Amino acid sequence: MRAYTEKIREIARRLLEACTVERVLGFRRGSVPMMNEPCFVKTPAEAANLIWDSNCGINLANYLTSRSEKIAIFAKGCDSRNIVTHIIENKIRREQLVIIGVPCHGMIDRHRIAAETDGEIREVVEDENNIIVQGDGFKKVHNRHDVLQANCAVCTHRNPVIYDELVADLVEEPGDVDRYQDVREIEALSAEGKWDFFDDLLHDCIRCYACRNACPLCYCPTCFVDESRPQWVGKSQDPVDVRTFHFLRAYHCAGRCTDCGACERACPVGINMRVFTKKLEKDCLEKFGWEAGLSLEARPPLDAYRPDDPDDFIR
Amino acid sequence: MQNPYLPYAVRIEDIITETEDKNLKTFKLAFENPADEEKFVYAAGQFAELSVTGKGEIPIGIASSPTEKGFVMFTVNKVGLVSSHLHTMQPGDLMGIRGPLGNSYPWELLEGRNVVIIGGGFAFTTLRASIVYMLDLANRSRFGEIHVIYGARSPGMLLYRDELAAWEARDDIHMHITVDATDDPDWKYNVGFVPTITEKKAPQADAETYAIICGPPIMIKFTQPVLDNLGYGHDHIIMSLENRMKCGIGMCGRCNIGRHFVCKDGPVFTLAQLNGIPKEY
Amino acid sequence: MKVIYIEKAQWASGLEKAGDSFRLWGPVRRGPFYAFDKLASGQVPALDFRNTRLSAKGLVYPQSEKMFEYTLDPGQPDHDLLKEAQKDYSPRAVLGIRPCDADAFELVARNFDTPEYQDPYWLRAREAVTLVGLACAAPCSTCFCTSAGSGPFSTKGLDILLVDSGGNFLAQVVTPKGEAFAQAAGWRQTADDTAAAEIETHRQAAEARITAHVPTDRLKQQDTLELHAAPFWDDVAFACINCGTCTYLCPTCWCFDIQDETHGRQGVRLRNWDSCMFPLFTLHGSGHNPRGQKVQRVRQRFMNKLKYYVDKYENGIQCVGCGRCVRHCPVNIDIRKVCELMNSYTLAGDSCAVVS
Repeated sequence: MRAYTEKIREIARRLLEACTVERVLGFRRGSVPMMNEPCFVKTPAEAANLIWDSNCGINLANYLTSRSEKIAIFAKGCDSRNIVTHIIENKIRREQLVIIGVPCHGMIDRHRIAAETDGEIREVVEDENNIIVQGDGFKKVHNRHDVLQANCAVCTHRNPVIYDELVADLVEEPGDVDRYQDVREIEALSAEGKWDFFDDLLHDCIRCYACRNACPLCYCPTCFVDESRPQWVGKSQDPVDVRTFHFLRAYHCAGRCTDCGACERACPVGINMRVFTKKLEKDCLEKFGWEAGLSLEARPPLDAYRPDDPDDFIR
Repeated sequence: MQNPYLPYAVRIEDIITETEDKNLKTFKLAFENPADEEKFVYAAGQFAELSVTGKGEIPIGIASSPTEKGFVMFTVNKVGLVSSHLHTMQPGDLMGIRGPLGNSYPWELLEGRNVVIIGGGFAFTTLRASIVYMLDLANRSRFGEIHVIYGARSPGMLLYRDELAAWEARDDIHMHITVDATDDPDWKYNVGFVPTITEKKAPQADAETYAIICGPPIMIKFTQPVLDNLGYGHDHIIMSLENRMKCGIGMCGRCNIGRHFVCKDGPVFTLAQLNGIPKEY
Repeated sequence: MKVIYIEKAQWASGLEKAGDSFRLWGPVRRGPFYAFDKLASGQVPALDFRNTRLSAKGLVYPQSEKMFEYTLDPGQPDHDLLKEAQKDYSPRAVLGIRPCDADAFELVARNFDTPEYQDPYWLRAREAVTLVGLACAAPCSTCFCTSAGSGPFSTKGLDILLVDSGGNFLAQVVTPKGEAFAQAAGWRQTADDTAAAEIETHRQAAEARITAHVPTDRLKQQDTLELHAAPFWDDVAFACINCGTCTYLCPTCWCFDIQDETHGRQGVRLRNWDSCMFPLFTLHGSGHNPRGQKVQRVRQRFMNKLKYYVDKYENGIQCVGCGRCVRHCPVNIDIRKVCELMNSYTLAGDSCAVVS
């Protein structure tokens, strides 16, 4: 990944020197371990601030909607699929973008690493295979595959699906990946079991909307939770309202979500709300043969109608 | 400890539809508990939070003058959840009010001075309160010349039309009523935007003359240069701001502009004060 | 200040005794993090923590709080009238709160307790709570309490400050409420003369471990409008996703919303935490929004905490340096960097490119 950083800086510098784009959207080094900060680079000199490593889990496509500039964006596989969805949904025009594809080796899960570490983490460095976590008087080496973000661990689209140039050679896509084992486990629960599972899952939700705001799909000028006439959802921590927010948001992402994991990454209280969108992703795949963001030509299933569409999920 | 979030119970006594588009209604409210009326001591320029149980609260300028006894009056624009419900309510219905809130127009400062009132559209409510207050027999002699420039889009959109006509007929107040446009052949008053009429009719500035201006942002934007040209110093221009409010008592934090709460340090500010704070209003 | 000596062996039994007259709260482990929770009889707080994920502010100021109840049933004599919701203000003790979180109550009190208005909900809840703090022997790399007027051994806002001394606690009794709690727990043994010096030694060691030092000395003298118009805000705000993480985790943020919620014919007027990060926060009924753009909202938060509050109360910044926002911001916006930018800003020579 170190080689990526050099290449990214070189590409950004080149694009800005030639004024091919007005802005470059990437990451600069964060101020705490395992975090990088999304940034807009405007000058060739600033391109030297860009970095890339296994802490680039934030989905940069989130920053594209309704922008008017010509922008270069560094996009992983999942990010690039969100860019496709943005273009289909008219949130940005293809001509505005120079997409620099970043074949991805997976991002590490900072929440998980922190939870598995007793002392305070002061520094995390990585090499090709290992993530080395250091703190006061301790050093722990993890194999990167053991600490990947949950979505990265089951990713089947590591390579960008749309790009103008690449940062590195395309990587091998994994073959046999069972993406839905966790979903099937929940599907197998009784109704009461599911209620308990979801209640426990959502118990700590503080309605901060970090999940929603980190998601590139959530760009509604007024989110349904903020409507007042009528008010669909209460604003307290009433479990009914918390469930409504999460369930309904998942439905609004159905057929569009690329499982980029930005939502889970953003949550300050560690809620694994991807179970909802993954369930709907599984339904879309099984019922409509659909995967989001793979083609600029095809419209998502909730956007289009075919006479032979199954309707067994609506009764 | 008194609970500042608890409204006084009031009953709607009368509802008057003010404007031809029916979006503005004046509500006359009477206190259920006479002791509450005694506590509700206010000055023109202040506002109250109108509470509709089950819907919420809205901050509305008090349109009545403290010289009018037995009721408090508010003119409410139908614009959102609470105001829309309020517009469906009937005389006899119960609701609540909290207040009086905010600071008033600076009556101590205006003592013995000339007052030029400039209002537009439905921002005229606290200006009505001010006019009624000043014209009251007990108060008129405390003020110098009073000029009022008040305009709306059309005759049917003016508030308090009967009162405007009555004031126009008086000789102790100079009324300059205007509309942006009208095809009414019987229209007796001015035609023209408020900034234009201000330019023509407002008196030149001097140390003893203060302007109170209340209106939509666009009106204020074009009226202010006129006042500058007439020589009004920014500390002689008094304005009343709006902002989204909930608590009305400077606690919920949302109505701040810089370090000032519009609900508590305002809503009345001089332009000189506003020049020193960020333009986030 | 009186110092009491508490053998760790007496800790649990003391809490048990205190539990007769106080409801007890303390940090408990909840999955990957710690949270304040009500302690069951015999349950001891988990003091092997750095800090709780959410601050302690929710103990006095719940995220959702009923203010009033009402009925809309016209058949009821009190229909449409708001009735104050009943609360339990019986004595409570919070054990193990960190000094930064306790100091935060002092900062927040300035908002809820003013000469003109007093918030009965916040004030009564605050009064009913006794804060038994735990000094921080090992501040984190994101702690900057000493820059924010607090410190790992600060007693501001606390009734008792516990200092871990190995096999025992040294408990500084700060207030009469603290004295009352110590009495209720049966902790009566006064520490000997060496206690004060020992505490001081621990304090210095703890403060020496703090690596984050954030300059705030020039904030007061900065011109508000110049700071507001500074060119660095666009860069500061770019990554922000305008969620409520920082405001909700922050012990010194207090903004709230008031809503009526009705089910059938019964309802409550409640208040919920709100955030200046949300666009709805300042949206007028007319559709006008003075802070409709993200950069305006981000700027507002930092200006409020590091400038408006400083000017208004002349008692330092609206921050205690707990570091939660720094650790949990989903996009790593760091208040320490922003404070540095604001503090050092000069109109003349701004070379404010943010270089990491």
